[in-house]
Amino acid sequence: MGGVVGVRPAPVRHDSRRGGPVREGLRGYRLIVGMWIRSTMTYRTSFVLTTVGHAAITLLDFVAIYIMFSHVEALGGFTLPEIALLYGSCSASLGLADMLLGNTDRIGARIRDGSLDTMLVRPVPVLAQVAADRFALRRLGRIGQGLGVMGWAVWTLDVDWTAGKVLLVPGMVLAGAAIFAAVMVTGAAFQFVTGDAAEVQNSFTYGGCTMLQYPPTIFAKDLLRGVTFVVPLAFVNWLPALHVLGRPDPLGLPGWVAYLSPLVAFVVFLPASLAWRAGVRSYRSTGS
Amino acid sequence: MRLYLAVAAGGFRRYATYGTATAAGVFTNTVFGFIVAYTYIALWDERPGLGGYDQAQALTFVWVSQSLLAAGALIGGGFQEELQERIRTGDIAVDLYRPADLQMWWLAADLGRAGFQLLGRGVVPLVAGALAFPLALPVDPLRWLLFLVSVLLALVVSFALRYMVGLVAFWLMDGAGVNIMATVTSIFFSGMLLPLTVFPGGFGEFVRALPWSAMLQVPLDVLLGKHAGAGGAAEALGFQAGWALVLLGTGRLLQSAATRKVVVQGG
Repeated sequence: MGGVVGVRPAPVRHDSRRGGPVREGLRGYRLIVGMWIRSTMTYRTSFVLTTVGHAAITLLDFVAIYIMFSHVEALGGFTLPEIALLYGSCSASLGLADMLLGNTDRIGARIRDGSLDTMLVRPVPVLAQVAADRFALRRLGRIGQGLGVMGWAVWTLDVDWTAGKVLLVPGMVLAGAAIFAAVMVTGAAFQFVTGDAAEVQNSFTYGGCTMLQYPPTIFAKDLLRGVTFVVPLAFVNWLPALHVLGRPDPLGLPGWVAYLSPLVAFVVFLPASLAWRAGVRSYRSTGS
Repeated sequence: MRLYLAVAAGGFRRYATYGTATAAGVFTNTVFGFIVAYTYIALWDERPGLGGYDQAQALTFVWVSQSLLAAGALIGGGFQEELQERIRTGDIAVDLYRPADLQMWWLAADLGRAGFQLLGRGVVPLVAGALAFPLALPVDPLRWLLFLVSVLLALVVSFALRYMVGLVAFWLMDGAGVNIMATVTSIFFSGMLLPLTVFPGGFGEFVRALPWSAMLQVPLDVLLGKHAGAGGAAEALGFQAGWALVLLGTGRLLQSAATRKVVVQGG
């Protein structure tokens, strides 16, 4: 925590010469991230080990799926390369969201030990500070591994590529990351109310990603409706990937919904940012 | 002995204060249980009897695993990070002066923690799973008793491994890299991702002989009645106890090497 002190104070809010709060937030974010990267690099062996470790954790998930496929030809009607596309894309999305603002779930700990107070008086938006908190470059491990598996899937699959489908592949990784990011911000906002409940957020992000790496055909319809219309995780990769693979959506949605992921990502940030504002406003220091 | 019981009770109470965190953990374990259960149904529909389990047994495997994960600290958590922090800051010197054995002290505290998490995070997910899916839970009380003994041995094996991971901080200062590697191995080789009986051929035999198998696979097989009869039970529990002794012993050797290092550094 102490290292944050080293950050040069950013200009005061509403200083019109320096741009709006968004620009200011990004600037603060960049400074804090830079500081954490430098601090991580102090223990280089540990950095390499943790990065490789993060790649290995997710890679072993895929090895488990691979072992499943040593016993079966298809799972829920999907072949291994098809599942690899689902697996790789969601893993890369989650890795990206996790790297950019995954440590928002530490806010519960910061509320408890009172160090959030310090963040509130700094002239950098709290969300930028919370997102950059303990920025973990090692998460590149998961992103790289996810992209690798996805690359193998795209290489192996016999897809009838169109311009739209080509765009969908990188599009779903980015939009998926944004959807996961919105879930993370909402989860962080939730912690203002519940305190120490970071794990609930994990069930939507990590749990969601575990679900999204398997084909939607194996899950109950009600669950699919839930992750399409309530917490729209299906837009992270299921709907775009089904379209790329030329498979129908089990809920019978039309093909064009596959292209809605960026829009959905944009829309889910609305409740997320409202929840965040409400959370910050409701904050009362523990006084410690 | 009374000292260690008090330490264990302290470990139990300490985790019992985190009510919201426990509730959140129960929620997470239940959500994961549902997701994994659906994938297992798809897998066992395709290959009935895979790994020697029928579908109900496979689903039991899923839900009982979810109940044991937090107690066994299979996905991280536990005391090792705290131990590393004490090593890094030098507080460990104080611990070494205490009239208690360092390894036994942490074992007691970790068993207290595990005991709480077995109750706090174990029961509810299992009940949820039993309500939503047809499970093959035994009715024989003796089997449950054997299972609990097996779980206790599993917790000791898990502790013994993590104790060594914690001690590594004496040499590396920052334990984060070693911790994550330890978690990776425990997730894969314990049977948490897929029962170890499903792992193919010689590789399967190899992973079933490793200590991580004693942390999840063996207790589950004891519960599912895969080690039938007195001979079978003795073999399963003996396997766990054997690993527990070997690993605790190795941990002691490592500890004495590490403490000599403390004296050299002067704390």
